[in-house]
Amino acid sequence: MSLLSVSGITKRFGGVVANQNISFRVAPGELVGIIGPNGAGKSTLFDVITGIEWPDAGEIRLEERRLTGLRPDQVSRLGVGRTFQKLRPFQGMTVLENVTVGALQKCRDVAHARREAQEALERVGLGEKADAYARTLSTGQRKRLELARALATRPRLLLLDEVTGGVDQGSIPGLISLIQDLHRAGMSLVVIEHNMRVIMAMAQRIVALHLGEVIADGPPEAVTRDRRVVEAYLGQAYA
Amino acid sequence: MARWLTGALALLVLLSLPAFVTRPHHRHVLIMILLYAMLAAAWNILAGYCGQISLGHAIFFGLGAYTSTTLVKQAAISPWIGMVAGAVVAVVVSQAIGFPVFRLRGHYFAIATIALGEIVQTLFINWDWIGGARGVFIPIRRPDSLLHLQFHESKQNYYYVALAMFALALLVTRVLERSRAGYYFRAIREDQEAAASLGINVARSKQLAMAISAGLTALGGTFYAQYILFIDPESVLSLSLSILICLVAVLGGVGTLWGPLLGATVLVPLSEGTRVLLGGGGKALDLLIYGGLIVLISVAQPGGLMALWRKGWRRAA
Repeated sequence: MSLLSVSGITKRFGGVVANQNISFRVAPGELVGIIGPNGAGKSTLFDVITGIEWPDAGEIRLEERRLTGLRPDQVSRLGVGRTFQKLRPFQGMTVLENVTVGALQKCRDVAHARREAQEALERVGLGEKADAYARTLSTGQRKRLELARALATRPRLLLLDEVTGGVDQGSIPGLISLIQDLHRAGMSLVVIEHNMRVIMAMAQRIVALHLGEVIADGPPEAVTRDRRVVEAYLGQAYA
Repeated sequence: MARWLTGALALLVLLSLPAFVTRPHHRHVLIMILLYAMLAAAWNILAGYCGQISLGHAIFFGLGAYTSTTLVKQAAISPWIGMVAGAVVAVVVSQAIGFPVFRLRGHYFAIATIALGEIVQTLFINWDWIGGARGVFIPIRRPDSLLHLQFHESKQNYYYVALAMFALALLVTRVLERSRAGYYFRAIREDQEAAASLGINVARSKQLAMAISAGLTALGGTFYAQYILFIDPESVLSLSLSILICLVAVLGGVGTLWGPLLGATVLVPLSEGTRVLLGGGGKALDLLIYGGLIVLISVAQPGGLMALWRKGWRRAA
């Protein structure tokens, strides 16, 4: 049985079709990569899954529960955590406070939530930055912060939007192994990623989007050899 | 530790102040400072912590003043009971206002609260049963009585009531800062969508911030009515009152514990001073000076006086 089922999702903004009849599934414990050129509808798809945008057609389920029509906070409480492509830390709060906000979802009191937030920070390697203000962090550190914040809500499924985008080369291996650790610990993940080397290293399955439609869905080796994926996204050099 | 010490010291000074300040007009200024500090602290909970800039808080102030005054006048009910009743009315109205208005963000929210404030003021001006545009005198009671919240012998008792209310607002803020709701408020202020993605019911949190803020503001309204013993829509429901509350908090430092007191300490004497010096002729001069100060603050030090204070503290340390 699938953890996440996306069936026939269509999302239009006026005349622009961002998502066209998109369907795919995520099994428990799976790490699925989503690739596609800019404007393919990847982030919109995350927004639709998490309730920020409502689809014009189609349905999303987390196991048996229907997510379509729920608010973002309700989707989060059902166990879907996410990060944003355009990072959105709470700038005027400390790193620990940022993560505590997430931890409060499942913790009964603030003291407990702060302890759990500290653990989440250690897990992503930001333990020493706990008392710094979020606005003082580098892009790579902010990515880790958003990851810790989402993790602190104890999600069953994590949606990561561009883990390595805008991050300096030196920080990428650390982020990759962090995500792989989460995956090995049993977390189910859907990861949007532009860096093909990163996605090939992590994903068990890849879904390729182009102009709002799924053009390929399968094991990484098969998807990267797919003629349409090569034409739309990878370019001839990859073939 | 240093924070606690500063706080304890500040409270000690505030408690002993009437012993040194004995002239009625000076005590009046102190009372107004505490009243505005309390109102700004209440406003700060919604605007400073939760990020929803309201320019309609006179609504809640006026509801507090009018509820207790109407109960005193029509049924001779103690203003303390009226104070609680006024807070309840303000909370109920705040929830009714919040439901549609919280759908708006940023400037649009602020503009909607201005409009609502004007509507409520107009309603009260045309409502004869509670005095209409002429206003209401609160019946004088002698001798002085805490039960009836009227003191004619000396302003000292008003001072302590105002101090107690300010302390209450401070305490509520302090407790909120460390509570789940406080974390949620600040997260919403920083980024509403990110907050929702972490499971925060944004609408419910905003309504809570609004309720606390409105209830506290209404307490101030009842106090004002019992202190001045006359209220009318111009004095307790005007836009300029809403703006002054906001200015005090912004000048002191938005979203800080002691900012409201700091802001009131600067602004209230300024307003009282120009009023005394220039009489009715200088009616808008204080607002002119406020305007100048706000421009200065937002350009030079957006964190308000509290940020300056902290800078000085760090330099000294």
